[in-house]
Amino acid sequence: MAGKPKLYYFDGRGKMESVRWLLAAAGAEFEEEFLETREQYEKLLQGGSLLFQQVPMVEIDGMKMVQTRAILSYIAAKYNLYGKDLKERALIDMYVGGTDDLMGFILMFPFLSAEDKEKQRAVIVQKATSRYFPAYEKVLKDHGQDFLVGNSFSWADVHLLEAILMVEEKKSDALSGFPQLQAFKARISSIPTIKKFLEPGSQRKPVPDDKYVETVRRVLRMYYDVKAN
Amino acid sequence: MSGKPRLTYCNGRGRMEPVRWLLAAAGVEFEEIFLETREQYEKLIKDGVLMFQQVPLVEIDGMKMVQTRAILSYIAGKYNLYGKDLKERALIDMYVEGITDLMQMILMFPFSPPEAKEKNLDSIKERATNRYFPVFEKVLKQHGQEFLVGNKFSWADVQLIEAILAVEEKIPAVLSEFPQLQVI
Repeated sequence: MAGKPKLYYFDGRGKMESVRWLLAAAGAEFEEEFLETREQYEKLLQGGSLLFQQVPMVEIDGMKMVQTRAILSYIAAKYNLYGKDLKERALIDMYVGGTDDLMGFILMFPFLSAEDKEKQRAVIVQKATSRYFPAYEKVLKDHGQDFLVGNSFSWADVHLLEAILMVEEKKSDALSGFPQLQAFKARISSIPTIKKFLEPGSQRKPVPDDKYVETVRRVLRMYYDVKAN
Repeated sequence: MSGKPRLTYCNGRGRMEPVRWLLAAAGVEFEEIFLETREQYEKLIKDGVLMFQQVPLVEIDGMKMVQTRAILSYIAGKYNLYGKDLKERALIDMYVEGITDLMQMILMFPFSPPEAKEKNLDSIKERATNRYFPVFEKVLKQHGQEFLVGNKFSWADVQLIEAILAVEEKIPAVLSEFPQLQVI
């Protein structure tokens, strides 16, 4: 009946990358349709598939889901990556909120001018190392467990690993000074589904390049003049 | 055991307002601490109660919760305003996230420079009437029920009414083409 989830987005990271990570971590296979032309996008719009006229959109279990957060919450719950009760879910939501904010600084990085990119790189590293990484370092240190919440692998762990790797792409030694996070990174990366996702040939997307930026601008007719936040 | 939830924020709407709405809708009494000085804020940071050094902060059921989305999800779950199953929760999440995008525009509005205010107001109006309100008008029309999801009052309804009133404050006649929403 339901088949594999199908992801509608550009052939690049953007807001869909966290969805790819989570499905991969859950061991769920998925299909992708890449938006390359304005016509494809307009066809989706006219077909009424995009509730708020935006992508990401994921067809899953008979629903055409939009809004990244909603999609991720659904997948997390469906695949038991959302804690065992309301309080664990609250912790996961808090932690994911933080990593989401951090990755938000990186999301529009490819769209910035060269000059703004340098400034933003410094902002990303500063926020990561003075606000976000210390918070998660403390969580892990305080409970001494392998995973962020409830001694059990969850969405929060996947999201944090994704964020760590993205920050390291901007500054390779960003984790120096965070021994717990270094160990966490090694541990989570070696989980079989994650390990597979990190290998070449997976559906993980590379760092966004000019071609990606150009495609997004062409399809959405937006983001021509993006300023850093 | 834990007493009433306690909200720490500035004395104003901002990001805390949806939390006030949701607690009130659930019939839950709560206390508020208003941040008025830099010193108060610095003390909170020093005491280590703000996980990411940010407010809103809500102390509830022994937790010091930050991240508005997390706080709202917890309250909705606790007070049965989150649907009856995973699919209803998915719908509620989608609707709430969309409304939040609209509310974000209104949230930022007071901070826009004077010369940009009119343009931003036009953007709010455009998005409300072309993107967001039509969706909820259609949802209500199609199932003909009183509430957005599952024929039952939920977080999505609270969030929508908050947004409608907030937009109406800026654009009084905004609901003129949305009969279903007027009934709400």
